[in-house]
Amino acid sequence: VCTSRFWFNYRHVANTLSVYRSVKRLGIPDSHIVLMLADDMACNPRNPKPATVFSHKNMELNVYGDDVEVDYRSYEVTVENFLRVLTGRIPPSTPRSKRLLSDDRSNILIYMTGHGGNGFLKFQDSEEITNVELADAFEQMWQKRRYNELLFIIDTCQGASMYERFYSPNIMALASSQVGEDSLSHQPDLAIGVHLMDRYTFYVLEFLEEIHPASQTNMNDLFQVCPKSLCVSTPGHRTDLFRRDPEKVLITDFFGSVRKVEITTETLSLERDVAAFESKFPEEELATEPLKYAEQLPVAQIIHQKPKQKDWHPPGGFILGLWALIIMVFFKTYGIKHMKHVF
Amino acid sequence: GRADAGRERRDAFREELLLSPLPTGDVAATFQFRTRWDADLQRGAVSHYRLFPKALGRLVAALGVRELHLALTQGFWRTRYWGQPPLQAPAGAELWVWFQPAVTDVDKAWKELSNILSGIFCASLNFIDSTNTVIPTASFKPLGLANGTDHHLLRYAVLPREVVCTENLTPWKKLLPCGSKAGLAVLLKAERLFHSSYHSQAVHIRPVCRDASCLAVSWELRQTLTVVFDFFSSGQGKKDWSLFKMFSRTLTDTCPLASQSKVYVDISPKNKEKELLEVSPPPTSLHEAVVQGDKKTYAVYDLLSPSLFNTSRSLNVQLKWKRPQDSSEMPIPTLHAQRYVGGYGLQTGEICTLIYNTHPYRAFPVILLETVPWYLRLYVHTLTIITKGKENKPSYIHYQPAQDRRRPHLLEMLIQLPANSVTKITIQFERALLKWTEYPPDPNHGFYVGSSVLSALVPSVIAMKDMDVEQSPLFTSLFPSSDGSSYFVRLYTEPLLVNLPTPDFSMPYNVICLTCTVVAVCYGSFYNLLTRTFHVEEPSRGGLAKRLANVIRKFRGVPPL
Repeated sequence: VCTSRFWFNYRHVANTLSVYRSVKRLGIPDSHIVLMLADDMACNPRNPKPATVFSHKNMELNVYGDDVEVDYRSYEVTVENFLRVLTGRIPPSTPRSKRLLSDDRSNILIYMTGHGGNGFLKFQDSEEITNVELADAFEQMWQKRRYNELLFIIDTCQGASMYERFYSPNIMALASSQVGEDSLSHQPDLAIGVHLMDRYTFYVLEFLEEIHPASQTNMNDLFQVCPKSLCVSTPGHRTDLFRRDPEKVLITDFFGSVRKVEITTETLSLERDVAAFESKFPEEELATEPLKYAEQLPVAQIIHQKPKQKDWHPPGGFILGLWALIIMVFFKTYGIKHMKHVF
Repeated sequence: GRADAGRERRDAFREELLLSPLPTGDVAATFQFRTRWDADLQRGAVSHYRLFPKALGRLVAALGVRELHLALTQGFWRTRYWGQPPLQAPAGAELWVWFQPAVTDVDKAWKELSNILSGIFCASLNFIDSTNTVIPTASFKPLGLANGTDHHLLRYAVLPREVVCTENLTPWKKLLPCGSKAGLAVLLKAERLFHSSYHSQAVHIRPVCRDASCLAVSWELRQTLTVVFDFFSSGQGKKDWSLFKMFSRTLTDTCPLASQSKVYVDISPKNKEKELLEVSPPPTSLHEAVVQGDKKTYAVYDLLSPSLFNTSRSLNVQLKWKRPQDSSEMPIPTLHAQRYVGGYGLQTGEICTLIYNTHPYRAFPVILLETVPWYLRLYVHTLTIITKGKENKPSYIHYQPAQDRRRPHLLEMLIQLPANSVTKITIQFERALLKWTEYPPDPNHGFYVGSSVLSALVPSVIAMKDMDVEQSPLFTSLFPSSDGSSYFVRLYTEPLLVNLPTPDFSMPYNVICLTCTVVAVCYGSFYNLLTRTFHVEEPSRGGLAKRLANVIRKFRGVPPL
C-alpha cells in the first residue's frame, strides 16, 4: 500500500513497487496481490521517462515493469477501502481482483509506506489511520479466521508506533524507525529530480534480490537488514505475538508462494469430448427478414422526436392557496347562499 | 451432420496496423484487432470460448449488454493540425453501453457493469455513478445491429480525471488471442506507447451481420489502439519513421490464430502531386479506398503472404520522404472544434465552444452533446449560438438540468452549420461551494469537465461507392453509412479544468489552536483572579537539608531560605 500523493513522493511508489516486484518474482501471482497506489508516477506528466518507475539512480532498475496490475488507484486509496479490504466487508459488486480472499491457512504480508507520525499514517494528505484502528482491524481478521500468520512491514517516520498496539496472535511486525526518529530517503536522481527510494526499503530490496524460491533464509536475517550505520534510523521489530520462533520462519513463507505440482504419466484424450460438446450448440433461429444497422444521425427523426410526457404533478401549495382565496372572496362578495348551487 | 458443422471454425481473428504520417511531421499508428464469433451470446448456454475472451463474453451474456464501448485515452487529438481522426476518444475514460430491451433495471446493470470492468481493466470505473452518467437522446445511436432505439436503454459516462498507464494496457493485451507474443501485438511496448502525444485504447463489442444476407447475428469484438508519436520527442526532429524507431521492435512472425494480418501505410499524395513518401521494403500490394470522403492510397504488407519474410526474418517498415517537403499549407479538416472556459474569478464563468465548418459550399448538421457536472450551475437562459454574426437557432434542443449531488447537466443540440463558417456557442455558469468532505485530496488541481461530443454527417469530397463493408480496411466498417455522399464522424473537444472555490483545509486546526490559546489565557487568568484565595503560611523550621543549605548560603553571602 502506498499512501502518498504528489510527484515529490515518488519514492513511496517506488518502495511499494519494489516489494511488489520481489513478491511476484518469488512466485505470488497477481490474483493473490492487492496493490494500492495513491498516485500515478509512471505516467505522470512530470516523469521524463513515461511508464517507468526507477529504484536505483542512473535508471538501472525499472520496478514498474511491463506486467503490473494495480487494484486500487489514485482516489480509491482511502482508509475506508483499506480497512474494508482487510476485514472483508466489501460491497457485493466489488470485483475479485480487489478483494482479499484469504482464509485461515493463508499467510499475509502487508507492506505500507507513506508519511507517518507517532501513532498514525497519513493517507493522501487528507486523512489518517491510527495504530488503534489497525490493531482492531487485525483483531477482526483474527476473529473471522482470515489469516494464519501475518507479517506487517511499515516504512514511514516513527513507524514503530504503528505496531505498538497489536494484540492479536500470530503477527510479526517490522518498522523502519523507532518512535521519535525519521526514516530517511536514499538517493535522488538528477534526471528525474526526486528521491527514488527510502533507505530501509532500498536495503530490503537488495536483501530480497538474493532470495530465490528455494532459499532457506529466515526472519532473523530480515531483522538484521539495514543497521543504523546504513539507515540512520533504527529499524525495529516485534515478535512477541508470534507463536513460532522467528529463526524457524522462512522468508519465503511470506514473500513467496509454493504451489503443489503433481506430475502424472497418464494421458487423456480430449478429441472426442470437444466434438461432442460442440455438437450441442442449440439450433439458431434465423431472422425472417434482414436485420439492419441503425442510422447514425437521423436528422428528421430527431427533430420530430416526441417530447417526453410531462408527469402530472398535483398543484402546489401556492396555487391551491390562491384559488382558495379567490373562491372565498367570490362567496364573500356575492353571499354564501350561492354555495349550495355549486355543490 | 451437426458434428461437422461444429468442427468448422466459428470464430475468426483479424489484425491490422495503419501507419499514417500527419501533416505536422508526427506519425499516427492505429492497431485494430477484430475477433468475430458466429454465435449468439445472448441465448443458449455458451461456455466453450476459443478466440473470444471469456471475461467479456460472460459479461455480455450475464448483464444483457447489446453494445459496449469503452475507451481509455491519454492526451488529445488535435483535429485542426492532424486531420480527422479515424476514431477519436475523449481524454480519460469513456464508457457507453446499449442494453437489451429485456433488461428491466438498467441502472443496476450499469452499476454492476462498471464495477466488473474496473476489475478487468484496472481502472477506477467504479467511480461511475449517477453523478456522471447521462442518457443522451439523439447522439450515440447503436453502431451494431438494432431493431429499435429506445434511448432509455443507453447510458453514457465519462471520467476525465482517469489516468491511463501500463496497468490498463496489460489486461487489454491479455484479451488478444495471441496475447502480446506473436503478430502485430509484439509492437505494443508500454515504454514507447506512453511516450507519445496521444494514446487511446478502446474495446468495442457489438452484434454484426454474419453475412451479406444479414439473417443471423455474429458478435464482434474490436480492440483498437491509436498512438501518435511526436516529431520532436520520439522522432528526434527528423521526419523519417520506421517501426523500430517508433516501437523499438520489429515484426518477426504472425499470430497463428489470425486469418488476416496486414500493415497499411498511408502513402496518399497530399497536394495531388506525385508521391513524396517512399516506403521500404516494397509492399506486397497497393490498395486504394475512399476513407472519410477522401481518396487514399495504401501500401499493404500482408504478413501472411510467404514472400514477405523471404529476404529477412524481421519486417521493419520504413517511411522516407523523397524530397524535403516544403512547409506548404496543411490541409484543414472539414469539421473541427475547440472549447474553452472564459471569465475570471471563482464565482462565475462561461463555457465557449467554437465549431468550424470549412467546406466551401455544403452545410451540414451537427449534434453537440455537453455533460457538465452539477457543481457548475449552468444558466440556460444565457445560451447563445452565433454564426456569422447572426443568431442560429438549433433545430432540436434537449436540456436536462442537474440535481445537486445526483445528476449532471445534459445539453444536446442539433445545429445547422452553414458552409465556411464559425459557430460560437456560449453558456454561462456559476461555481458551487462543495461540502468539505466532498473535495478530493488534491482540490487545488481543479475539477474536470468532460469533453463535449460532436456527431456529424460530413459531406465527402468524393462519393464513396457501396463496397463490401467487411473487406474495407479499418474504420470505415465501424460506422455504418447509409449513403456514399457523406460519412459519419464523431469528434470530441478538449476537456476543461476549472477551479472551484476551495477552502483552506488547514484552517480548522489553526482555528482550534488559536481559540484554545486565547480562551486559556483570558479565561484562565480571569478564573484564577476570581477563585484564588491567599492564606498566610507558617514559616516551617525546616528540616535538616534546609538547615545545611542555610549554612552554605551564609558562607556564600546569599540570604537564607
